[in-house]
Amino acid sequence: MNRNLILGATLSSLVVLAALVSFVWTPYEHAALNIPAKLQPPNAQHWFGTDHFGRDMFSMIMVGARTSIAVALVAVGIGVGFGVPLGLTAAARRGSWLDEVIMRGNDLVFAFPSLVIAILITAVFGAGAINAIIAIGIFNIPVFARITRGAALSLWEREFILAARVSGKGAARISLEHILPNVANLLIVQGTIQFSLGILAEAGLSYVGLGAQPPTPSWGRMLADAQTMVSFAPHLALIPGFAIIVTVLGLNLLGDGLRDWLDPRIRVARA
Amino acid sequence: MSQVSPVSLLAERSCWTRSASARNVALMLRYALKRLISLMISLAVASVVIFAVIEVAPGDPASFMLGVNAQEDTLAALRAELGLDVSKVQRYFNWVGGMLVGEFGTSYTYRTPVAQMIADRLWVSLPLALYALALSTLIAFPAGIYAAARRGKAGDLTVMGATQLGIAVPNFWVAMMLVLIFAINLRWFNAGGFAGWDNGFWTGLHSLTLPAIALALPQAAILARVMRSSLLDILGEDFMRTARAKGLSRRQALWRHGVRNALIPVLTIIGLQFSFLLAGSIIIEQVFYLPGLGRLVFQAISARDLIVVESVVMLLVFAVITVNFLVDLAYAAVDPRLRGRT
Amino acid sequence: MSLLQIEDLSLSIHGTDILKRVSLTIDPGQIVAVTGESGSGKSMTALAVMQLLPIGASIDGAIRFKGQDLLTLSEAALCALRGAAVGMVFQEPMTALNPVKTIGDQVTETILIHKAMPRLQATERAQEVLTRVGLPPDRFPLSRYPHELSGGQRQRVVIAMAIALRPKLLIADEPTTALDVTTQAQILDLLKGLVQEYDMGLLMITHDLAVVADMADQIVVMRQGEVVESGATTHLLKHMKHPYTRMLFEASDHQVILPDPVDPRPLLQVTQVVRDYRLPRKRLFDAPGHHRAVDGVSFTLNRGERLGLVGESGCGKSTLTRAILGLEDVKEGEIQLNGQPVFTGHKPNLAVRRKMQVVFQDPYGSFNPRHRVSRLITEPFHLLKPQPIGSEKQDRIAEMLTAVGLSPDDAGKYIHEFSGGQRQRIAIARALIIRPELIVFDEAVSALDVSVRAQILDLLVELCAAYDLTYLFISHDLSVVRTITDRVLVMQAGQIVEQGETEQVFASPQHAYTRTLIDAAPTLPDIGQYVA
Repeated sequence: MNRNLILGATLSSLVVLAALVSFVWTPYEHAALNIPAKLQPPNAQHWFGTDHFGRDMFSMIMVGARTSIAVALVAVGIGVGFGVPLGLTAAARRGSWLDEVIMRGNDLVFAFPSLVIAILITAVFGAGAINAIIAIGIFNIPVFARITRGAALSLWEREFILAARVSGKGAARISLEHILPNVANLLIVQGTIQFSLGILAEAGLSYVGLGAQPPTPSWGRMLADAQTMVSFAPHLALIPGFAIIVTVLGLNLLGDGLRDWLDPRIRVARA
Repeated sequence: MSQVSPVSLLAERSCWTRSASARNVALMLRYALKRLISLMISLAVASVVIFAVIEVAPGDPASFMLGVNAQEDTLAALRAELGLDVSKVQRYFNWVGGMLVGEFGTSYTYRTPVAQMIADRLWVSLPLALYALALSTLIAFPAGIYAAARRGKAGDLTVMGATQLGIAVPNFWVAMMLVLIFAINLRWFNAGGFAGWDNGFWTGLHSLTLPAIALALPQAAILARVMRSSLLDILGEDFMRTARAKGLSRRQALWRHGVRNALIPVLTIIGLQFSFLLAGSIIIEQVFYLPGLGRLVFQAISARDLIVVESVVMLLVFAVITVNFLVDLAYAAVDPRLRGRT
Repeated sequence: MSLLQIEDLSLSIHGTDILKRVSLTIDPGQIVAVTGESGSGKSMTALAVMQLLPIGASIDGAIRFKGQDLLTLSEAALCALRGAAVGMVFQEPMTALNPVKTIGDQVTETILIHKAMPRLQATERAQEVLTRVGLPPDRFPLSRYPHELSGGQRQRVVIAMAIALRPKLLIADEPTTALDVTTQAQILDLLKGLVQEYDMGLLMITHDLAVVADMADQIVVMRQGEVVESGATTHLLKHMKHPYTRMLFEASDHQVILPDPVDPRPLLQVTQVVRDYRLPRKRLFDAPGHHRAVDGVSFTLNRGERLGLVGESGCGKSTLTRAILGLEDVKEGEIQLNGQPVFTGHKPNLAVRRKMQVVFQDPYGSFNPRHRVSRLITEPFHLLKPQPIGSEKQDRIAEMLTAVGLSPDDAGKYIHEFSGGQRQRIAIARALIIRPELIVFDEAVSALDVSVRAQILDLLVELCAAYDLTYLFISHDLSVVRTITDRVLVMQAGQIVEQGETEQVFASPQHAYTRTLIDAAPTLPDIGQYVA
């Protein structure tokens, strides 16, 4: 166990816990307007203060965590679900036309930053949290495909894989039985990193209005709403910002800690 | 080496590098040509994808522009004016062919040439992204090298702690904080808006400074970490030990043999970062009310001005692919092993 | 006064003792070889002299170079010494050079860093030393990059860098271990010549006793951080006092007696096999070029026969091995086992696979680290129908582990709990468990220390007697092939240039290349008469 792992796990589980608890309890109804109590700084009644409609910021942050986590988690799921099989296939058929097609496809998707994908989708289908999930998810696919293929390629040259081939095992079976378990650690670590990047990306998309739409609370939207009031109510901007920072920092520390704990030799692509 | 002037140094070296450098140039050109072909293919495929996605959009731009009560013959006239009265394949080629000669079509809402609109906005977004890239590199390189050289010591831990935080901060939030501190409280900068390049280079640069810093800080944190870990990897290589065995001090070995090798992975990240910065600048423009591509594209989305969206997206993808092409060329310049390869 | 005098040198890294009171001396013009098995601390001794020890090392004793104790010198003084008065050559030429700098830059750097002469003369000197080490600038311009050179050529560049300033002392850490025998012979000759010419002292670290006996004036034998015996080469070879020294020399030249082969009918038939690899295109629109890795190879392996395959790296033996194992299809020709083709319609033939197994070189990479031994060695059961289950499976695991000298209890352990030699035993158990008709040993003992290698060779002989093994033994090590095979194939540039009874081929090689190989391989002096 190391310090990063403990600190990261604590911060991350704190945020996840807040999101889970928000399903059954929040200090106030997160959407309840209370104009007389608007723009209060943090105080005993409203721990994180209130916004310009008098809504309780603490409750909104708790519910907002749900949105962030859901979007980022599903986006990682999309990335793993499509990227890992693609990467395993490309490595199993290394050098073939299939490998070439998969890798060229990856390069192509890499040329579309998630914001651009979100712009395209929104332009066609209108705004919504689903867009953010799809945009970030599509962006994650080549990330996982590349890292899986890279790690799998070096494994395919290892002698224990050759021994398995001499024992008559086919590419699919070897990929599942020998390759996947040996890249799993790497994928867990990369997954944590992509999770944190997903939180950041979701916040950015919501901020510009391409993500979750009102009334669904989201940290990015809260920041967008705060923008015009930052001069006289800075807590409106500070608190959602801190929520994002704590979550992302926690996940990054967790990723680093997991990497050191699982296998110090793992290299993670971070971009 | 320091006592020899660069000119004489070049002259002396050329006696044994001339024939070989001709070969290296030939290898470089071949490599560049190959990358150029793959760039063309990527662009072609990307344009098809973008066009196809936009084509899925329901509704007819002409009736959207003229409202539901428009006369059929007015609609037909507008469709003809917008080039919508031909087959999809024909329209694709018209679009791509137009872009090749700088014709991006006519905006559905403004009825002005899209090319002109984009060009105006590009003069904000592109300088912003480049400014941010320069800043992040300027911050990250020294920080990364410093941290690697002082591995495990207090300086390293401080830099790494700061980068850990930098990675976790959303750039638009940094932007809001910068506005709060430097524009609202200290009044060193305007809280938003763009002074334009017509009032002089420095005035323009001044109004892009806060946005550029906001964009650059999180990227610098990432880049510094990559620089550090890449250098540390290189420090473990056999040839670094060889360099030390020659009599180079730790610092000399780091600078002469470490940094250039460490640049290879760093270049990848710089290439990736450019696309993040371009995308990021679209968000940051919202914070500072900058009249850049971001504003254009968001207005276009709400007005369903799809031709503008299509063109801006294509332009962004073009920029990303082109930068990756340049990174590939930079690779070959840094790493001679790549030149002979396919 | 001695050139280098190491006195009671003790070294520990993060509290682990690496060296214990090591002493040795080197005089100018003298070659001192430090030898021993892995973990003996021989390489650390070399690095200690260079004062390039890993972080966390604490050191005690004295290393006197021309009377001056290196342990008392400042880092700046050491930098001035390294590369100028003391040069070093490393084991792995493929990674010892900076890949992004030209060889000219790297050799001149040694000269310029010590401000020994202005750049123009430094360049001349670089050309001079590169010529001296066998890389004349008209054929190997200074603007070459390391990746454009072979391993042997790169090692010559490393040597050129080390000797550019005519150091008084050269340290060579396993300088030829990564090289082929013919290249090794050239590099050793080069080093010997340089020692004489420059009157240098050479501290040579090597595990290869044949090289030691061939090169050294003085021998230092180390084990687990301690010097067990040292002395002048001729004297030490005659009067080995320490049993460990004797064991090392005996194990290096370990001879086994194979049981007679039974039932000599053809088993494996390789007929006119050709395998090409695509090369990168020379020009953009040219047809891609081809490298013919295996070029019309034919041979027969009889049942019960132990066949050797020798050749240098790049001769095509790995490609041929992969083709025989059915891992890669061939371009032309056919490989048959018992008259059945290894490949049918570009797919490996499972019926044939069932009759072949393989043991690889690397005892560390040969096993999935996530599986237990019982699962690892039963992987070939995948080929059997029906697969053994339950007690039959357990019995066969136990039998195999016992047969290779391990305990049936080891079945529940993970691979990281075993040493390199034990892992090779497990690899043999895995190969043997389905009783294949043919086992391919692909450099199976090359990564092992000599004493462990001797044990594995003994095990093979036992297994030959117990299970009537038929095997193909691929190795670059001629002395091992000579004792463990009945017949041998010599491969060069994709072709079999000579084949015959092992003893006959070694005693009177017919092909020029075979003679070159045998001459190049350093041989141990006959020590049998002195030992006993």
